[in-house]
Amino acid sequence: MSGKLKVHVDQDRCQGHARCKSLAPELFELDRFGNAHEIGDGTVPAGLEDKAWLAQANCPEIAIEVTEE
Amino acid sequence: MSDHAPVTDWVHDFDHTDPRWTENPYPIWDELRATSPLIHTERYLGCYMPTTYEAVKQISYDTEHFSSRRVVVRDVRPEVLPSPPITSDPPEHKPAKQLLLPPFTPDAVKKLEPRVRAICNELIDEFIEDRGCDIAGSYSKHIPVRTIANMLGIPEADSDRFIKWIHQILELGIKDQAILMQAVQEMTLYFVDQIEHRRQHPTDDLISTLMNARDKNGQPLSDAHVQGSLRLLLIAGIDTTWSAIGASLWHLAKTPEDRERLVAEPELLPTAVEEFLRAYSPVTMAREVMKETAISGCPVKPGNMVLLSFPAANRDPAVFPDADKVVIDRKQNPHAAFGLGIHRCVGSNLARMEMTVAIEEWLKRIPHFRLDPAGKVIWSEGTVRGPRLLPVLFGKPS
Repeated sequence: MSGKLKVHVDQDRCQGHARCKSLAPELFELDRFGNAHEIGDGTVPAGLEDKAWLAQANCPEIAIEVTEE
Repeated sequence: MSDHAPVTDWVHDFDHTDPRWTENPYPIWDELRATSPLIHTERYLGCYMPTTYEAVKQISYDTEHFSSRRVVVRDVRPEVLPSPPITSDPPEHKPAKQLLLPPFTPDAVKKLEPRVRAICNELIDEFIEDRGCDIAGSYSKHIPVRTIANMLGIPEADSDRFIKWIHQILELGIKDQAILMQAVQEMTLYFVDQIEHRRQHPTDDLISTLMNARDKNGQPLSDAHVQGSLRLLLIAGIDTTWSAIGASLWHLAKTPEDRERLVAEPELLPTAVEEFLRAYSPVTMAREVMKETAISGCPVKPGNMVLLSFPAANRDPAVFPDADKVVIDRKQNPHAAFGLGIHRCVGSNLARMEMTVAIEEWLKRIPHFRLDPAGKVIWSEGTVRGPRLLPVLFGKPS
């Protein structure tokens, strides 16, 4: 298998739909305005890769980047 | 007021208040989308409609050419009535919206969940012994209005008055300006009274949030701003969610396989709620064209309105495989039911919570129900689409 996945929320695009938080609560958190950012440095723990891709696919603003190291 | 002439040519003369659109808009949108990404009608003093997800998205993101100062398509263009932030363009938009975001985060909204569950069950208690009910009038209508009343700090008992104003502003008021203005006046007086009461007896509800807000110069918001935002919160919180809950239960009433699956797999409900939001999106917005431009290659001229149809965008097969099928376990669903861009619906987390709880509580207590073959489902007209009469029978057919 390839290396680790990382997620990142583009703050200019995020509008607070909160789909990522709903689908992958282990990877994203919301600020007091309801806008999302990745937890920690966005490293996706083993086993949660599907959730990272699901979060990306369901963001209406295409605000979530998933990168592979 | 004058009734509209029926539509004979949807491509060149669409009308979103035509009875056929009201009854079943989806095949009409499919026909329009196959013709052009952007169509136009001379009705409503000139109005475009984007038919694709891509065109809707372009317009939503382009606040320079497409202003939110008018967000409802009407037969007339009355004086602009601000309701910040829905009618705000940048730069006014961001501070007006930021003020309202904290009370509507998922965590904030979760605190209301027990009350919403109680409301749902109180409502069900009233009709569970009967052979059936009108879901729209006896259930889905009451949940959002009582919930937003709770948040605003106004009496749940005044619900009928709010519902009447919304009907006047969003439906009758499309064609009758006098009705529109009267409803706005009555709502304003109501909130003036509420504000005055809170000056004497401070509270910590949403009305107080607006009263206590300060702009970047430390000044309180203008009366017009507070009134406009209160009007928005009341209107936006009711018809919309009422429609979404109703449409979801309509689907379940006529689709036993999906109903049975949700009863057997309740963990599927959040995914199903997103699909109901996509397939039966209740809200269409609008924009006013301020400057000449092009969308998906189609020229757009100022002075026209744009019917910003998120529901039509959500049925675009270019984005959603099997767009015309309701797939309750759809995995990829970046739907635009709550809009796209800066005007993303402030109440989206509240709406989702209400929908989920309303469906959950209903299915717990009434897992078997079907459309009443002797009744007729009636849909609302115009800018927000949902069932306003939804007769169902309880239990399995004998």
